[in-house]
Amino acid sequence: MTQLLRDRRGAFGFLVLVVVVVCAIAAPLVTNGDPIAQRDIVATRFIPPLSSDPHGVFHPIGTDRFGRDVWTRLVYGARISMGVGVLAVLISLAVGVVVGAVAGYWRGPLSIALLGLTDFALAVPRVVLLLLLAALWQPSTALVVTVLGLTGWMGIARLMHGEVRALAARPFVEAAVAVGARRLRILARHIVPNALTPVIAAAALGIGNAIILESGLSYLGLGVQAPTPSWGNMIASGNDTLVNAPWVATAPGIALVLVVIACTQLGDALRDVLDPNVRRAP
Amino acid sequence: MLARLGHRLLAGLAVVLGVVTLTFFLLHLAPGDPIDIMLGPAATAEQRTAQRVTLGLDRPLPAQFASWLGRFARGDWGNSIAKGRPVRAVLGAAWPDTAWLVALSLLLSYLAGLAIGAVQAARNGSRLDTILSVSTVTLFAMPGYWLGLMLVLVFTYWARMLPAFGTAGLDSDYLQGGSWLIDRLRHLALPLATLTLIGIGGTARFARGAMLETLSQPFIVTARAKGLRPRRVVGHHALRNALTPVVTLLGLSLPALFSGAVFVEAVFAWPGVGRVLVEAVKARDYPVVMAATAISAVLVVAGNMIADVLAAWVDPRVRGRSAMP
Repeated sequence: MTQLLRDRRGAFGFLVLVVVVVCAIAAPLVTNGDPIAQRDIVATRFIPPLSSDPHGVFHPIGTDRFGRDVWTRLVYGARISMGVGVLAVLISLAVGVVVGAVAGYWRGPLSIALLGLTDFALAVPRVVLLLLLAALWQPSTALVVTVLGLTGWMGIARLMHGEVRALAARPFVEAAVAVGARRLRILARHIVPNALTPVIAAAALGIGNAIILESGLSYLGLGVQAPTPSWGNMIASGNDTLVNAPWVATAPGIALVLVVIACTQLGDALRDVLDPNVRRAP
Repeated sequence: MLARLGHRLLAGLAVVLGVVTLTFFLLHLAPGDPIDIMLGPAATAEQRTAQRVTLGLDRPLPAQFASWLGRFARGDWGNSIAKGRPVRAVLGAAWPDTAWLVALSLLLSYLAGLAIGAVQAARNGSRLDTILSVSTVTLFAMPGYWLGLMLVLVFTYWARMLPAFGTAGLDSDYLQGGSWLIDRLRHLALPLATLTLIGIGGTARFARGAMLETLSQPFIVTARAKGLRPRRVVGHHALRNALTPVVTLLGLSLPALFSGAVFVEAVFAWPGVGRVLVEAVKARDYPVVMAATAISAVLVVAGNMIADVLAAWVDPRVRGRSAMP
């Protein structure tokens, strides 16, 4: 952990993510009011950033066309966008780790079938599949999470497969076989925990990617549905008011870019810190 | 090499077939019915049944799939349910706009990405390297549609320099020669810039890594020891060798670019395949979705194969590998 924070990229990524997560969790405390409620629309719509509306309520990044506070929606949107990203990656992790571990440890037809499935899934154009699934079923947050999770596990499975295969030839595994441990136990207790390190770094990158894709789907109207704020559908609604209220689309985009950069930087730093081969002098 | 290519071709065909099968059954298993969209809520049960029979939607799914596959392979892609026009005409009108947008941005982002990556690797750790790294990481993290919106905000609404949507101005048909070309180029500028900038983020990061790896190898030390000028070592010895992984990435980035194009086309109202696909999916226009999916799967597979061939072309070692069983 200290090593991670000593890395400049790691420290940056960690800091940004902590701030965003704390804000998202403490949303009612750092914002003023309900992200969905529309009050006095005519008087409070399109208030520019850093000014107060006629009722004396201060809006740090202005209001949108329904007079809703953009900062409030941004913070509540973080709950959705971050939540979707993290949950989707958890699903990808679960599927990827199981597929990769099984394919790496058991040789034979099962392994070949699983690897074939992985290669096939990699070759499927992801956005096309996402569009299809999101458009065909009723768009909802749960659907977006599932779809992102089920289309993002292949890279993790590949990584896991390579790691498990390399670890299976190591002496400590032989030792476990020698004392008579069952294969499943060897895999679950001895191999998988040792193979997880690069997978965790890849997962951090995956969260950034999932957040971008979620926002893209929501932008096309196929993801999280209004009035629930997500960064993607906030940008979509700001799209229409780009001329008279550019802050509505700009703010969630900046938040999104910051979080995605934080994820990639943290992922890169994690990979370097966790990988003993790259470790530099202390 | 040929045997390997043949093997890849077979595997590619299998992937395309798999994607098409998956899409077909997903489309038909999902709730929602194109008949509802075509006829509206006022249609009677008889009208709906008649329409269903006309479209062949009353037959069992496997039979529908088999007949679709047969017709598709023979080049009969059916009619768009939503538009009534032949699918080939719908896609035929759309694909050139996507193709040249994607091809140009692929070319530009690779040239720029390679150059930036090489400069960064040559000056590893310098302030320039840091600045370029921060910029490429930022570009890499940006959703294409948002970058597009921001460019529209700056160049269309604030600077009033460039048009924000379509491939040509309203008066395009009346323009001739030079002014026609300028009109097209002005419309191309923002979508192309968006896709290219996003692409540069990924390629430059990757090229930098590949260059750093190559620059740490013994033959570079030798080249330096021979007293070659640094520019020649980087430009001639290192860049050529770093090209192999970059070229492999090229094949993989074709589908990514296509995905990017889906979103960028939505922002700029660019009448390409991406927009056709999004509209068709929303309207449950089965024939159009199936054809567009099949084409994008072919594109992905072809991208990977082209990358394979290119990798063999740049790197004799890859070529040699096929000689061994």
